[in-house]
Amino acid sequence: MKPLSVIVTSICDVFAWFMIVFGVYVINNGHNTPGGGFQGGAIVATFLSFMLVAYGGKRFFAWARAGVYGFLEFVGLAAFFVFGCFGFPRSFFFNSLAIPLGGQVLSEWIPYCGTISLMNVAVGFEVVGALSLVVIEMYESIHMIDTGAGMGGERGHDRFDR
Amino acid sequence: MNLSDHLPAFLVMIPLLGAFLTPLAASFGKTVRSVFFVLFMSLILLTGISICASTFGGNILVYVMGAENFSLTLPSGMSYPVRILFEIDAAGALMILCVAIAAFAGALFSVAYMDRFSGWKRFMALYFLLSAGALGMCATGDLFNFFVFVEVSSIASFGLVAFWRDKPEAIEAGFKYMLVSQIAAMLLLIAIGTLYGKYNAVNMGALSSMMRYGTLERIVLAILISVLAFKCGAFPIHTWMPDAYAETPSGVTCLLVTVSQASFYGLIRVCFSLFPGIAGGGMVAWILIVLGCMSMFFGVLMAVVQHEIKRLMGYHSISQVGYMLLAMGVGLLALGNGEKMAEYGLTAMKGGLFHVMNYSFYKALLFLCAGALYYATGTRDLDKMGGLARNMPWTAGMFVIAASAISGLPPFNGFMSKWMIYESSFAVHPILPAVAMITSVLTLASFAKVFQAAFLGPAKADFVAVREVPAFMLAGMAVLTVMTLLLTLFPGWFTGNLFEKAAEALLNQRGYIDAVLGGM
Repeated sequence: MKPLSVIVTSICDVFAWFMIVFGVYVINNGHNTPGGGFQGGAIVATFLSFMLVAYGGKRFFAWARAGVYGFLEFVGLAAFFVFGCFGFPRSFFFNSLAIPLGGQVLSEWIPYCGTISLMNVAVGFEVVGALSLVVIEMYESIHMIDTGAGMGGERGHDRFDR
Repeated sequence: MNLSDHLPAFLVMIPLLGAFLTPLAASFGKTVRSVFFVLFMSLILLTGISICASTFGGNILVYVMGAENFSLTLPSGMSYPVRILFEIDAAGALMILCVAIAAFAGALFSVAYMDRFSGWKRFMALYFLLSAGALGMCATGDLFNFFVFVEVSSIASFGLVAFWRDKPEAIEAGFKYMLVSQIAAMLLLIAIGTLYGKYNAVNMGALSSMMRYGTLERIVLAILISVLAFKCGAFPIHTWMPDAYAETPSGVTCLLVTVSQASFYGLIRVCFSLFPGIAGGGMVAWILIVLGCMSMFFGVLMAVVQHEIKRLMGYHSISQVGYMLLAMGVGLLALGNGEKMAEYGLTAMKGGLFHVMNYSFYKALLFLCAGALYYATGTRDLDKMGGLARNMPWTAGMFVIAASAISGLPPFNGFMSKWMIYESSFAVHPILPAVAMITSVLTLASFAKVFQAAFLGPAKADFVAVREVPAFMLAGMAVLTVMTLLLTLFPGWFTGNLFEKAAEALLNQRGYIDAVLGGM
């Protein structure tokens, strides 16, 4: 995939970063407005697609660190699970951090909606990681077919030692 | 915190945590990865057994996620539940036990079987997700979450069916399964959405208490039966099953067998608990009976001509599902009529549920034996195998037990459940047990062919150096062999304590509703 014109790359320089900021807003504000972890995460994950379309494969691979996105995915899922466990001993997923109406605010660091917003952030991490990995995998497959590199070789879990 | 109160939550939490931690565990090397895999599957098994024990006395376990108290089904004065709710009675617990044991055996087997391949992270994560989906389907008390768990298990299955992505057949099987499964899932969602649109609820207990049997409900029931019959592999919408079972790694096929049974559980739950007024006593019961007979007969007919061992077993799965559909159809026919229920309905249901458990163990064992043969010889073609009993005596022995059980040979467990189905279906029409018996004879012929082709005869030159499979694979097979033998040796205990209780739970619609609505 080749880079597009200067006009496209210039707009991408602004717009791709805007999508990250907007996505983070949607994730963080998911308990008040439409949106949340999944929607915001999907918006943030468009960053990688923008880079691919505008700058082509070379610049894309400079950003596409599968390990980083895999780590984001893992952290998001693990955090989601841990926040769910905050509900014990009442029940799994019980919103134990929520501040009841008229209740005393213990710390400004605890959001008034409790674990909901924390879970939104966790899901956001997960979705950013997972969707970015999907884009990377898809582009790597196209790249492999276009160039012939790796075709017929053993990749992934195709090894059979017998 | 009393851990036993939260058992239903642990049932889904443990496999999900396993899936999430897999990337971490898999990065510490082979030993840690294997210990982690087996340890988590053991915890799932332990939870499954504990849940089953908790429902022994006819108890119904209810668990509400996110509620102030796990048993608070109706928060803030609401008239029906709104949260994620698990409701496990004896029937659900029976299915959970089947899934948990098969998942444990498949995991033990896979530790050695998958050692030759890379991609362990993906394999383990998908295996855990598949287990979570199947267990959730058996535990959930509401229709929308049933759909969610169906999707969780389906998506994990797509990846596992196409796991050997260098094989075009695996990709084709995965794609075929994905296509038809997604159509089914959308239909399922439409049916659930229709009920939600009319009744403002998706909880099965609440829906059941409000249900009015009109045309719309009949259409919804028709969609639900079609979709769930497809998911459990009934004829004529069975085409995904042989392909998917053949191409999936054997440890996963072992679990997929019980995943299809979870769909079967969904089917009977819908018929007995949600729509008993339409499903009982009439046309729906006969549809299940006819579907059952056709699945039995055509499934086994297609199986006997196969030369590829896992495809052959895949077609036998269709045939075995037929027995269960026949049994539940007969049970439904007697629903609402106390005399008929006492005469043959309850026996049919007990026989059907007995067969569900038998099938989950002996069929899973047969798939593991097929996997062991593939592992040792590198082929699934029966025409190329021969004389392997000398080199693989343990595998041969366990295959004989499983094959005898599925063929309905006395005194094995398969014979007992089939006998209960023959006996009860004879009361409806003599042609029904006749079809079932012919199917059983053909099943015996088919597995005699497999045993002769793979294990007997002179040793093939290519397989002289073949040795018995590693200990972990044998251990996985041994778990299912022991379960098959326990069902053979103590059928009375299992029937009295598990299958009868499960059948009574399915018939107890009022109890299912009251556990959620509190006798409103």
